Amino acid sequence: MSLLKITNLVQRFGGLTAVSEFQADIQEGTLNGLIGPNGAGKTTIFNLISGFYVPTEGTIEFDGTIINGKKPHEVTALGIGRTFQNIRLWHDMTVLDNIRLSQHYHLQYSLSGAIFRSRQYYKREQEIKEEALKLLDIFGLKDKADEFPKNLPYGIQRRVEIARALSVQPKLLLLDEPAAGLSSTDVVDLIDHIKWIHENFDITILMIEHQMQVIMNLCEHIKVLDFGKTIAEGNPEEIQKNPQVIKAYLGDEGDIYA
Amino acid sequence: MEKIRQNLFIVSLGAGVLVILLLAATGAIDLYVQTFIMFMGVNIIFATSLSIVNGYMGEFSCGHAGFMAVGAYVASVLTVIMFTPNKLTGVPLLPPSLSIVLFPVIILIGGVVAAFAGLLVAIPSFKTRDDYLAIITIAVNFIIVTLINNMAVIGGSRGFMGMRKVIYTMTDVFQFPYMLFWVITFAIFTVFIIRRFVSSIYGKGIIAIKQDEVAAEIMSIDTNKMKLVAFMLSSGLAGVAGGLFAHVIGYVNPGSFSILKSTEALVMVYMAGMGSLGGSVISAILFTLLLELLRPFQILKWVIIPLLLILLMQFRPEGLMGDKELPDFFPKLKKFYKFK
Ligand SMILES: Nc1ncnc2c1ncn2[C@@H]1O[C@H](COP(=O)(O)OP(=O)(O)OP(=O)(O)O)[C@@H](O)[C@H]1O
Ligand SMILES: [Mg+2]
Repeated sequence: MSLLKITNLVQRFGGLTAVSEFQADIQEGTLNGLIGPNGAGKTTIFNLISGFYVPTEGTIEFDGTIINGKKPHEVTALGIGRTFQNIRLWHDMTVLDNIRLSQHYHLQYSLSGAIFRSRQYYKREQEIKEEALKLLDIFGLKDKADEFPKNLPYGIQRRVEIARALSVQPKLLLLDEPAAGLSSTDVVDLIDHIKWIHENFDITILMIEHQMQVIMNLCEHIKVLDFGKTIAEGNPEEIQKNPQVIKAYLGDEGDIYA
Repeated sequence: MEKIRQNLFIVSLGAGVLVILLLAATGAIDLYVQTFIMFMGVNIIFATSLSIVNGYMGEFSCGHAGFMAVGAYVASVLTVIMFTPNKLTGVPLLPPSLSIVLFPVIILIGGVVAAFAGLLVAIPSFKTRDDYLAIITIAVNFIIVTLINNMAVIGGSRGFMGMRKVIYTMTDVFQFPYMLFWVITFAIFTVFIIRRFVSSIYGKGIIAIKQDEVAAEIMSIDTNKMKLVAFMLSSGLAGVAGGLFAHVIGYVNPGSFSILKSTEALVMVYMAGMGSLGGSVISAILFTLLLELLRPFQILKWVIIPLLLILLMQFRPEGLMGDKELPDFFPKLKKFYKFK
């Protein structure tokens, strides 16, 4: 079943066409990759899906709902979780709070509940805390619950950010260069970690990544973007052999197998 | 035993208030000291309410006194026409003795109107870029003061008076330091609700906005709505401070709510630290004290206060307490105080 269907997506910034005529039909439960040289428009596609930009043209349909034009928090509530190219945790808040605060979409109480401390308030705060701790436990982060992300090693920060994205119980998880800035041992861990998430969370994943090792190891289906245009798609073998892909990468940073 | 100890803070707070009221009722502390305590209370509300927006949420609102003015005038006009013979309606609209019960309600109404004034300001401000908030709030502060200056019905630039008589109608029924009581009560109430707000997952949404707004929006926080809620709460409480201030002094004039007054709130918040409720309370108390000490030096006041601010930014840019609360500095306090 199709979970995310993108049709003729175009995004222009002034004179620059960052994304042109992008199409995608992502099936439920699959693990997909989006690659391409710097400035190809990958992050822009994520920003369009998550609602930061209203597309110049085209439609994005998620789980049967047209989502372009919706605000990011509404898109998230519909079931799309996301991480960022540069980790965007709340660094002066504990790891536990990072997860708890991400539950705004189903808080079920508001200002008066918070001030008068309604029964619903206590119930939800308790439930959210327990769920958050459970999630951290599953991620092996329980002992980090009271730490500030800024004091944690980069690899752990990535892990926390992914846990936070999963805490909104998404059907679709968008990972923007999860391996960026990680050491080679951390990258190996990350690959296992993403595999494990994919198997255990009943989730569809779309990831942007520069490190071919990660993409080739994980993704069943890959799309290659260059200057906003889709220049190739297919499974890892097909992509590795594709002359246009090799050319795009040679023109940019050299070796596709780097 | 444990329970008693944990509630020691509440108990001692209650006892303290009672002692002050008793001392005031018996005349053991004179009017000067009472007024001073009331100014402290008003400043606590004024400062902590601004700290919601400027401290916890990290935005920059510069016209807090404008909302104070709204609360002050709304509450004053209401109490005067309801409980005293006046120029607007002639006879009081309600039996004057009702003022005893209705006074706090009217102060709250002043706050609600100020909150809606805040909403009117917040909607356009937060739609555009964030730094516009500073400019828009300054403008609104000017607009409010100018409007009042030109509204002859409520006294224009001469100001509006008659609130002293309102207090007399209350003391006629029963002798009691009403204003002292209400100022202290509202100050405690303000700190209490702000504390509850910013310690709930809901309210902490504004701290998430300060730390990373993009992440907040992506992690399902309706940032625009949270900003409006926070701004309304902040301006509403400023309105409460205004209503009380007006009744402490007995008259109001638009000059009391100029940009200079807004600056006082800014000084208190930045002196306190960006996101420390305890800090805002302490700095409101210290600031009131400082103003009183500087009173003989009229003009020098506005030389010394900015100078203090510059020194503070130089040597302790995070303010007195940063984003910490008292128990973070004195862990022993935790034993006596459990926040629910
Ligand atoms: N908000 C914006 N305003 C103007 N131009 C933008 C904006 N966002 C992205 N761009 C431009 O769009 C193009 C695509 O950027 P994007 O961030 O999507 O690239 P990317 O494929 O994610 O690259 P990288 O691998 O470096 O992360 C770039 O030329 C970028 O400068
Ligand atoms: Mg990118």
